[in-house]
Amino acid sequence: MSAPAPAMFSPAAREMIQQLGLTRGRANQEEFAVFLESLARENSNIIVVTSDSRGSGKLGPFAKSLPRQLVEVGIAEQNLVGITAGLAACGKKSFGVSPACFLTARSLEQIKNDICYSNVPAVVVGISAGVSYGALGTTHHSLHDFAALRAIHNITLVAPADNFETRGAVLAAAKAVTPTYLRFGKAAMLDLHAPNACFEPGRAIPVRSGSDLAFIASGETVVHCLLAAGFLETKGLHCRVLSMHTVRPLDEAALHQAARECRAIISVEEHSIHGGLGEACAASLMQSGLHPAFRIVGIPDEDTVTGSQADIFRHYGLSMEGLSDLTLKMLG
Amino acid sequence: MASQNDMSPPAWSDSQLALKSIHLRKMTLEAIFEAGAGHTGGGLSCIDILNVLYNRVLKVSPENFDSPGRDHYVQSKGHSVEALYVVLADRGFFPVADLKSLCHYQSHYVGHPTRKIHGIEMNTGALGHGLPICVGMALAAQMDGLGARVFTLLGDGELAEGSNWEAAMAASHHKLDNLVAIIDHNTLQISGHTRDVCSNEPLDEKWRAFGWEVRVVDGHDIGALSTALTQRSTGPVPVCVIANTIKGKGVSFMENVAQWHHGVPSPEEYQKAQNELSAAETRIREVMA
Repeated sequence: MSAPAPAMFSPAAREMIQQLGLTRGRANQEEFAVFLESLARENSNIIVVTSDSRGSGKLGPFAKSLPRQLVEVGIAEQNLVGITAGLAACGKKSFGVSPACFLTARSLEQIKNDICYSNVPAVVVGISAGVSYGALGTTHHSLHDFAALRAIHNITLVAPADNFETRGAVLAAAKAVTPTYLRFGKAAMLDLHAPNACFEPGRAIPVRSGSDLAFIASGETVVHCLLAAGFLETKGLHCRVLSMHTVRPLDEAALHQAARECRAIISVEEHSIHGGLGEACAASLMQSGLHPAFRIVGIPDEDTVTGSQADIFRHYGLSMEGLSDLTLKMLG
Repeated sequence: MASQNDMSPPAWSDSQLALKSIHLRKMTLEAIFEAGAGHTGGGLSCIDILNVLYNRVLKVSPENFDSPGRDHYVQSKGHSVEALYVVLADRGFFPVADLKSLCHYQSHYVGHPTRKIHGIEMNTGALGHGLPICVGMALAAQMDGLGARVFTLLGDGELAEGSNWEAAMAASHHKLDNLVAIIDHNTLQISGHTRDVCSNEPLDEKWRAFGWEVRVVDGHDIGALSTALTQRSTGPVPVCVIANTIKGKGVSFMENVAQWHHGVPSPEEYQKAQNELSAAETRIREVMA
């Protein structure tokens, strides 16, 4: 089996977590399962479809308590998405749950046609997304999902940064009348937001203010940006952190405001540097005539290094140290 | 909500439906000829199936198409959309005159089914999608206890798509006795005979092995189709109707010729085809008289 996974955060990063007073929550996919079960208890129209994925999706308790609201289809992701679409077409609020790597590659045609082209309000839930599966390798990574799905015109793409955003995204998806893709990881998250924070699809959440540089990040990378901003504060630099949880539609207003008010922007995502949040930001900025110093941090265009999610993040600079170093280089 | 009786199809005799089939074939050819595009052979092979479904079996009507208790039909072999549009127009879902815009610039009448057209349940056209969708619909109907049945039509060449067999397994596992998969078994696909491209025979044994109740019928026999599509399964299992059909049925020079898969007739061929169908129409009328 794989080597023991090292901690996601370095000793210095752990110290910064303490300084910032961040508390530990659940893995987002676990929070999804717990929260969806609470919604489903009140709404029998909510149906979950799984492809032998209830274990990884933490949906065992849901299956036990609401067996009539969970449909198991076996290891058959194309079928899972088609069934999810058929349920939605008949008035069910269906959530098709499967590892993101298979769901958004093998069943891309079903997402494109059965859900999006037919425009049914189904929810596609990619679990263990990005490099959550770490050393299991590229077969189990989803570094293409934003790129593939961003080119489909009517689907909302959300990668929550913490449990609060996860609950907000699930609630919004349950109410949505158009297709949604939710992207969750399997690592425990830190709670990032103030109690008065507000989640709305397509509206970035400010996590920290600053005007020297803005980190525009999605999903499980947001916390690393926040830690980097905390570290850079000790160097006299004030960095903004925006949680751009919705990759499509992009909150262009928040992005453009950051470009006008900050000297530089770094986009950060657990995705290929091609076709994801960074390129969406770059296209929007270019077409708006805004040209801040700009870098995309993600998984580069190469055979992904072997290792745990923590190893991979650290290797490619998706860490407090990596992001701080890049910021210092960019700001001279 | 409307009662199921309100959604019942009109009462037609077998002879009247046979006559209607010829009329629908003529309309299909006209739509394809005027559009200059379409899937002629498969449309003509499945006309009798669609005719029986919409005019005898399905509890669905233009007025009650939004009713949750209606029967559902999803055309998995979406390329035969011209035949479906024609049957829906004839059934009153939209004006027949709309067919003149088929495949035209900015028309809603796309070359594969879309929900923009009244009467179309789901957008299809990529093969291997209809059956999984119908499994979801049949599950929803069972959950809601509305008694609705769900039908899909697949091409026999389409069965090479693996997603069909994923859905076939799931349908029997979930005991979907309200689901009917109809195979338009015309034995031809775009490149030639299905048995030569990638054989899927014996079809009946395959579906039985997947836990389905199988009914093999002449896909141009109105009475046999009606019985096979109307009767519910004898156990808690889905039903597969293998309808043995002839690609290009009704037009002598199109029958069993693979090139008519998406061939569009020339003006001379079109006229010849219409004449043949008119002659067949006359023969049925004489028998009826």
